[in-house]
Amino acid sequence: MRQEISADGPGAPGTREPDDGGKHMSFGEGGLAVVFALLTLACLVVAAKATDGAYAFHAYLSALASLATVFVILNRYTDRPATLPPLEIDGKPNYNFGPVKFCTIAAVFWGIAGFLIGVIIAFQLAFPALNFDLPWTAFGRLRPLHTSAVIFAFGGNVLIGTSFYVVQRTCRARLAGYLAPWFVVLGYNFFIVIAGTGYLLGITQGKEYAEPEWYADLWLTIVWVAYLMVFLATIWRRKEPHIYVANWFYLAFIVTIAMLHLGNNASIPVSVFSPKSYIVWAGVQDAMVQWWYGHNAVGFFLTAGFLAIMYYFIPKRAERPVYSYRLSIIHFWAIIFLYIWAGPHHLHYTALPDWAQTLGMTFSIMLWMPSWGGMINGLMTLSGAWDKLRTDPVLRMMVVSVAFYGMATFEGPLMSVKAVNSLSHYTDWTIGHVHAGALGWVAYISFGAVYCLVPWLWNKRELYSLKLVNWHFWISTIGIVFYISAMWVAGILQGLMWRAYTSLGFLEYSFIETVDAMHPFYIIRAVGGVLFLIGALLMAFNIYMTIREPEAAAADTGVRNPALLPAE
Amino acid sequence: MADTHKHEVDAVTGISTTGHEWDGIRELNNPLPRWWLWVFYLTILWSVLYWIAYPAWPLVTSYTYGVLGWKSREAIQTDLADLRAQRAAFGDKLAAASLEEIEQTPELLAFARAQGRAAFGDNCAPCHGAGGAGAKGYPNLNDDDWLWGGSLEQIQQTILHGARSADAEAHVGDMPAFGRDGMLQRPEIVAAADYVRSLSNLAVPAGVTPDLAKGKEVFEANCAACHGADGKGNPELGAPNLTDGIWLFGSDRDSVIASITNGRAGLMPAWSGRLDPTTIKALTVYVHSLGGGK
Repeated sequence: MRQEISADGPGAPGTREPDDGGKHMSFGEGGLAVVFALLTLACLVVAAKATDGAYAFHAYLSALASLATVFVILNRYTDRPATLPPLEIDGKPNYNFGPVKFCTIAAVFWGIAGFLIGVIIAFQLAFPALNFDLPWTAFGRLRPLHTSAVIFAFGGNVLIGTSFYVVQRTCRARLAGYLAPWFVVLGYNFFIVIAGTGYLLGITQGKEYAEPEWYADLWLTIVWVAYLMVFLATIWRRKEPHIYVANWFYLAFIVTIAMLHLGNNASIPVSVFSPKSYIVWAGVQDAMVQWWYGHNAVGFFLTAGFLAIMYYFIPKRAERPVYSYRLSIIHFWAIIFLYIWAGPHHLHYTALPDWAQTLGMTFSIMLWMPSWGGMINGLMTLSGAWDKLRTDPVLRMMVVSVAFYGMATFEGPLMSVKAVNSLSHYTDWTIGHVHAGALGWVAYISFGAVYCLVPWLWNKRELYSLKLVNWHFWISTIGIVFYISAMWVAGILQGLMWRAYTSLGFLEYSFIETVDAMHPFYIIRAVGGVLFLIGALLMAFNIYMTIREPEAAAADTGVRNPALLPAE
Repeated sequence: MADTHKHEVDAVTGISTTGHEWDGIRELNNPLPRWWLWVFYLTILWSVLYWIAYPAWPLVTSYTYGVLGWKSREAIQTDLADLRAQRAAFGDKLAAASLEEIEQTPELLAFARAQGRAAFGDNCAPCHGAGGAGAKGYPNLNDDDWLWGGSLEQIQQTILHGARSADAEAHVGDMPAFGRDGMLQRPEIVAAADYVRSLSNLAVPAGVTPDLAKGKEVFEANCAACHGADGKGNPELGAPNLTDGIWLFGSDRDSVIASITNGRAGLMPAWSGRLDPTTIKALTVYVHSLGGGK
């Protein structure tokens, strides 16, 4: 990827090939085509010698994708003019929104896929017969498919897409790289495909939220480094003197995820021809590394990344200044410093040493206010514009997401307290907590961003229907309330049943009785999930109709966003 | 460029901005909310106090133990000791008493049933059902039909060593696969099945004319050795009573034919070594009390 960026990189803005009338293939184009041609061959060799069918399937898929990449690069070269796209046109940045558009559509697609799988596994928990006694449809394989689809496929595409949009707009600079942004976007989505099909076929390294095996991890590492470089190079060529707060959060997200990914996936493959690998960590150290990763995936993927989205889209949509610059600095650095220590609270009352448990708990408590700093800045940005919540369901969705964020980041430190954790741990309370954050915060701020982005990207005046957004908001909100309240009741009931003793000193309930007691709540939860899915389908329809809409926005595609003209 | 906006004041709130602007977004120069800052300080203070009180920071070869001297290993030992103390009044007596003594001492019996009920839920219920009602292939423990005997000693023996388990003292006794292993021909099996079903007066399916005479002949030659000439079974061999209307593997004609053709060999694991002797005693008393103990 290095050659690639230098083709249109920070060091070479405007240094195009001398205009000698001829068209030359850039070093990036040529280099990348050769690399992918070689990769095609390598994948074919691996496919031929693969030790099992699922791995061979992945190798063939990779060979096919590599070959397609070579053709796309060459085709793109023959179709393009002699010079690469300019950084500016008439003094205005020549923004590159193609990859952003792709991510936006991909996010909606993966989101619906992920919500659907979630609904299916929710029903499986209520009605185990729905596992169908087939390996590919068993809960154990579908569950990672759901978590990866919603976190990494849906959330990841929202993060990459919005970061590529926000960094360009707030730096007033074209995205760095000619092919690099597309490599990041397509490469990331190819990783998603490999990960997801791998789960269904039974390829997993068995680490929660890090299930893909070594070869998928390696590929993601390359893609992620390219992502970091594109992002940094774009900031490097910015026209603004300062770096906007959203970009700090995006950068923290990208850098930390790279570190977490490398640390938690340090494994040794059995062979190049086998999907299996062995992790280098052992025992309680492995558990510690796993939850250092797992908790910071929440902290830096699902919190820092989506706070970046909040910091751009809420002030933009509300047309109000951010509440407090000082608060944004302090809570940013406090989150960065404190979050990384909080992981051990996932391992309370285990073989993890007591001191590590204490640190995990106390750092989680200290994290409470830094997390709320983001909520305060998000909500208070609305001061002077609260009336817009009545008329703008998109803004309402984003504000409610911040409220859910505040609730989940209070609940998190609370659950990290050992006394509370001894009741909540291993129960469905945890699942409810995660979904308060995932459905209420992450998904809602993402929906808000997508609703903002689509008219901006496709040059439409407004969305096809704000009324549909309103329906989406209410149906999904009822779904979330069903989900969370069912899991609260289920989790606390479960925790109390597990610890109940008779007066003679024996357990009051057998495990199977506690499972049986969950049944009605599992059904309510599944119904909540169905409502959430219906909301997302309404969104997909709305977005499809918006993009199809013939009426284009006013020709103003410059600094101001046409969509920010007051709505009726 | 940004600095020229230094004193720009937001008209709505009257607060000055920082003078920066990105894509139309500005920032107000509000101070940190006081309550926010104080709560943040409080959480830090609380954490520091907690570190002083409890194990907290790693050192080179050790860690700070905390002034309270609390250790999770000791805490769990204390909890377990408390539980043992709570059970001790009856627990020790239960460990010492024989099954008959337990049966004859009401409060000991109540205690044993309470312990047995808890142990049953987590160890036996997955196969025998939460109430011991069983399922196809898993005996119902509420009735008075016992494959391996329903006295206290016999039940304890079955729990300790299981049936057809790897345990050396496990109950053994297999229903042969008469059809699969070629000992009987299909018409003989069908006749025997019809005869066995007639022993408990099961309805003959429409369109079937059972050859009971032939069935009786086959039965006496092949089945009576274990199930008895009258079909009432033999708990020494685990051979079920075929006349009591209780069918572990189904009473319909196809199921009975399948049982004779392929044999049956349900497996009950041995619990000795997995559960302590007192728990097994309690389980024995509990299962015996479910309704059909002899």
